[in-house]
Amino acid sequence: MTGNPVDCTVKSPVALKIGDAVSDLFCPGVYITDIVLGEPENIQEISFKNYYTAYLTVCVLKREGGTADSPVKWATCVRNHCLMANPHTEGGSQDYFSIYRQQMLTEPDNVTTVRLIQRQPSSVWLSFAIEDIKIYSAAHEDSERDVPSWLSTITPVEEPLDLNGLPDPHAVSSSIQQMWALTEVMQSSQTTASVGRFDVDGCYDINLLSYT
Amino acid sequence: MMNEGSELSVTIAQIVQRLKGTHLHSQLEKQAKECLHRPEIRLESIKEDVRKFLRATGWERKLQNAVYRELHILPPSGHPEAPLEHTKEPLAYMRKAQASWEKRILKSLNSMCTELGVPLARKRPVLEQKELTSKWNEMGADEPDLSKFRPVYAPKDFLEVLINLKNPNHDHSDGLTARSHWGLIPISLSVRDVPQLREAYPELSLSCSQLGIDDHAHVPPDLFESEHIRIGKKVVDEQDSAAAQQYSRQGSPTGLRAQLWALILNITNDPEDVAHYEQLKAAVIHHDLLVDNLIYKDVKLTASNDDYYFVFEDVLYQVLLCFSRDTAVLEHFSYNSATPPKSYIQGKTGEEEFAVVYPPNGVIPFHGFSMYVAPLCFLYNEPCKLYSVFREMYVRYFFRLHSISSSPSGIVSLCLQFERLLQIHLPQLFFHLQEIMAQPLRIAFKWMVRAFSGYLSTDQLLLLWDRILGYDSLELVAVLAAAVFAFRAENLMEVTSLASAEAVLADLSTLKVMPLLQIFLFANVI
Repeated sequence: MTGNPVDCTVKSPVALKIGDAVSDLFCPGVYITDIVLGEPENIQEISFKNYYTAYLTVCVLKREGGTADSPVKWATCVRNHCLMANPHTEGGSQDYFSIYRQQMLTEPDNVTTVRLIQRQPSSVWLSFAIEDIKIYSAAHEDSERDVPSWLSTITPVEEPLDLNGLPDPHAVSSSIQQMWALTEVMQSSQTTASVGRFDVDGCYDINLLSYT
Repeated sequence: MMNEGSELSVTIAQIVQRLKGTHLHSQLEKQAKECLHRPEIRLESIKEDVRKFLRATGWERKLQNAVYRELHILPPSGHPEAPLEHTKEPLAYMRKAQASWEKRILKSLNSMCTELGVPLARKRPVLEQKELTSKWNEMGADEPDLSKFRPVYAPKDFLEVLINLKNPNHDHSDGLTARSHWGLIPISLSVRDVPQLREAYPELSLSCSQLGIDDHAHVPPDLFESEHIRIGKKVVDEQDSAAAQQYSRQGSPTGLRAQLWALILNITNDPEDVAHYEQLKAAVIHHDLLVDNLIYKDVKLTASNDDYYFVFEDVLYQVLLCFSRDTAVLEHFSYNSATPPKSYIQGKTGEEEFAVVYPPNGVIPFHGFSMYVAPLCFLYNEPCKLYSVFREMYVRYFFRLHSISSSPSGIVSLCLQFERLLQIHLPQLFFHLQEIMAQPLRIAFKWMVRAFSGYLSTDQLLLLWDRILGYDSLELVAVLAAAVFAFRAENLMEVTSLASAEAVLADLSTLKVMPLLQIFLFANVI
């Protein structure tokens, strides 16, 4: 997960059906959700929270060239990615997932729209969806942050120091670092549990249990 | 998959963090420092030589065992976006059910507190402390007035909660279909069927020898038993946790069981552990808790009435009272779907610096809780070691039997698996019992919640718990429950009421656990 998610608009899911007849008993097994990105991005990761979707196919609409007029083309990135090992049972039904660039079949570069095709073949569930969709773009190769000029002019110290019986500074600094790290760990993991005390300053007079 | 390498690094970092600062860590450092004086340690290859020394003197094995133990209790790794509560229990409706169940328990405890005018916790006056110290080893002799106290809940109350679990996204509109639930548990969790169980438990198969079957009186010991004991002694000598766990799958010999279980659970009984136990004992002397009365009542009602366990009454008090004060147990709430109850001292509700956990270990005992400890009394007579073994077994296994979660070893999965196994392999029996309003789960639930403690004879129970430790899972509890029904199926087909069904299954003390499991898993035609 690199940086902040990019701006995108998630459209409401569209159910797929055959023919025009719509009845109350109709339970779709496929939903299509389109996500329109603010501007073309190179996608690093798509993360989301599942809600009873069994299989997910991800397609992206890529802009072929660099300009706004270049033609667009659909490409499939992930085909039938399994979110629930058994569509009839709860495993994976409400889990958080991430799909990374490395798992995708094509390079998701210059993407304007992401299409999620969700499938849930089981009749056990009333509905299914994908929630909390976040798209992260790939970090740029050339850093946008400028290195201050004084940093780049520092030269490493090459000559050995005259210690005069003092301990080696590298050894000292590494052991100090270790000790510092240890104290950090002790501080961060400091709970009453580690010391074994359950009272507050010797007092453990309790009236009622709290409901919050 | 992309993230396997980074997941492993995270796991390693977590375990290193947990082991840093432990007694083992300081002992290892001390050993490494002291070995520098030895002649075989050369300066040029100091790292290698120290490592070799630690390996030869058994310290590397101790570290391996400690790492192995940490792996057992490592909280599940969650997605970076997932909040902690989701990592403990991913299904929202189960979290909600657990929270409302906990609220009910808290309300019940609070009302008991106000009705009886007994405080949840109070400091004992000095005289009372002295008195308790003097009769520490015979707390059972004292008969405090417990008539006003009642258990906070019994397993059957918990069963009603599980039956009423509801997934809001579950489609019930179809009525009775192939997929609908004609059992009591309305949840679709993934549970294993017999072919999958056969693959998961190959050491229980007909072609594999094991204790509980092949150590029977008429089987010559040379065929299996002697060799198995010899290997067991070797495992104990090697002090290898992982090997002990694998060995236990075929059963532990009675003479080695205590050592093997301590090895599997990595109970080292260091001076540090003894000091910790003494600290807990001091905490019992200083403070009197309301839950102590619940423990007394539970022991009096269950273990003291049991032919096998009544002799251990005093020890049970010692273990359970200390257990309630042990804040180290709070660690297991990082992977338990439950939340420890909270309170505020001196009435300062809402002010976080006065917030405390009640009881200190966060676990409110229910009717039958003491039966988790009772069988262990046969294995360990030093209270400190007995305590450590029980605590480790609780934070690895027993907690799953009384909290609502979707874990495969959780009580919900066990109930569902029990029902499914019966429905698939004994459909006529299941249908018959349902017709006479004797739902099988209503009878089997109390066995499973206690992992059969108090229902089987002790030697058989210990053989079952050998396998729970060996396979690191409670699944066999559900399989055994189904196997018991299969064994008594003929009688059960004849009964016509819930009461008679319960009578058929009232006495399990003559059952032999391993043959039942073996026949059910490997000898049934499927």
